[in-house]
Amino acid sequence: MFSGFMVGTWEAASMVAVVGGLVGFFVVMRGSAFAAHAVPQGAFAGAAGASLLGLNVILGLGVFAVLAALGIGWLSRRGRHDVVVALMLVALLALGSLFLSWSTQYEPEIFGLLFGQVLGVDRSNLVPTAMLAAVCVLVILALFRPLLLASALPEIADADSSRTRWLRTGSLELIFLVVLALATSLTLPVVGALLIFSLMIGPPAAARSITANPRAAAGLSVGIALATVWLSIAGAYRWNLPVGFFVGVLSAACYLLGRGWAFCRRHARRVSAPGSVAMASAPEWEQP
Amino acid sequence: MSGVWATIFQPGFFASDEVRTALIVGGLVAVVSGVVGVFTVLRGQSFAGHSLADVGATGGSGAYLLAVPPLWGFLALSVVGAGLMELIGIQRARSRDLATGIVLGAALGVSALLLYWDTTWHSSNGQAMTVLFGSIFALSESTIPLVVVFSAVSLVLVVLVYRPLLLAGLHPDLARAQRVNARLVGWVFLAALAIAVALSSIALGSILSTAILIGPAATAVRLTRRPGLAMLWAALIGVLAMWLGVLLSYDSYTWPPAHHGWPVSFLVVALIVTAYLAVDLTSGRRRSRHRPDRPPVAAAEPDEDAIHAEWVA
Repeated sequence: MFSGFMVGTWEAASMVAVVGGLVGFFVVMRGSAFAAHAVPQGAFAGAAGASLLGLNVILGLGVFAVLAALGIGWLSRRGRHDVVVALMLVALLALGSLFLSWSTQYEPEIFGLLFGQVLGVDRSNLVPTAMLAAVCVLVILALFRPLLLASALPEIADADSSRTRWLRTGSLELIFLVVLALATSLTLPVVGALLIFSLMIGPPAAARSITANPRAAAGLSVGIALATVWLSIAGAYRWNLPVGFFVGVLSAACYLLGRGWAFCRRHARRVSAPGSVAMASAPEWEQP
Repeated sequence: MSGVWATIFQPGFFASDEVRTALIVGGLVAVVSGVVGVFTVLRGQSFAGHSLADVGATGGSGAYLLAVPPLWGFLALSVVGAGLMELIGIQRARSRDLATGIVLGAALGVSALLLYWDTTWHSSNGQAMTVLFGSIFALSESTIPLVVVFSAVSLVLVVLVYRPLLLAGLHPDLARAQRVNARLVGWVFLAALAIAVALSSIALGSILSTAILIGPAATAVRLTRRPGLAMLWAALIGVLAMWLGVLLSYDSYTWPPAHHGWPVSFLVVALIVTAYLAVDLTSGRRRSRHRPDRPPVAAAEPDEDAIHAEWVA
């Protein structure tokens, strides 16, 4: 399990988990689960198109994911956000299905793109994957505080006139969507287009119900994501099943455990100090 | 003249049983989706609608595994999924998205497993693609009565809760004052939505069915401010897109790349998205010309207040 061709998979999977956990923390903070579900579909269309034309798949993934992110950012300024995301999602998926119907690829390959596969990452693609991962992590870390403020208290972030123009909420939204797109294009080959968002909301949601401190929650989210991905790869290798199955089910399990833990703790506090229930129920940065 | 006619309607279009079934099912699905879709758009439940389709995919792939007609699988799982989302759904919008996403992720994981078993055990190719991307030409004639019955059920459910649903969606306080049971109304609507989504899943495939649910409705809401009229528009746009898609797909066997045919689902989705973009771009320009005094923030939510005022009046 840890020898030869699997080494590259473990390295890629670990990068995927770190980026997924970190980006996912803001996906949950900003309530953009739907966008996190839609952008990978664009990447899927890109992968299908690239393999049809015989180009590098990572390139196709990146270009289409960024296009999807920019499209959502631009169109949702003019219409309902969820409607725009839904339409962008189906438009790109339909494009993907068109490319697939033209290509002569085996169904297992397509299935791998949608639901993930253990050997999704070529060893030759490890370096570009690592560079993309580094870019995502650096951007998120550099913008941690403004992103946090804009996610939790958008009105205050907008009113703060001391900020330079590109740190306004609108631009931040766009930057975040592009980071999401980059994170998607490196995650997709391993986890699959349909289940990336699962990795991006399960672990962070669990982390948030365990701790109220944003930095600790982001760190914990990365930790839980790493555990989820490692277990998924091991399970997929051991039983020869799609990676996406394990990622989807384990992420949901993480969320349930986190909710259960928060419930138990609240219950324990209620017994000891009846007055503090309301304060304990919500994370501290969401308090009015 | 007859030459043009023969180019538009390739020989055999009207004689083929598959095309007739596709047109009937597609038309019914488009009408139901248009009516339910208007409420879905107005209540901001696009994500729920999309998720129910994906949850239905789990049922569809399970049905193939058990050799049951896939419609039953789609229906069962999307109704169960609707109940589950409502159960863990929390009142605040942000947490509601999260709850939807968690259910969606778990369901997609399970359907990955089921589809994998479909392809390995039955060693028959194409089922994963059929569940996910649909193939309306492969529907058998025997599904038509089922589709008719369930379309009727979904429409009746919507008609039953029409007024309280509008009120609860637009003015929760007013609805509470009139003793509308918002929870019950929400449940009934979600059931209607689940049925509509299951129907469109067998036509367009589970992950593309969101197009027919959201696209025509979002376009219609831009065109008119009256809910009844919006439903008519949505149904009309949906039926047109569906039929035109079927026609084009039938014709596409003569298009490049040769003898391959373009997928129906792609053509239908392309038509719907084009319609939305056309209306969106033109109406946006008109608004900015007529109302230059409106702040940009208000323009982002198109005429919401005007719609509300008119509907309650």
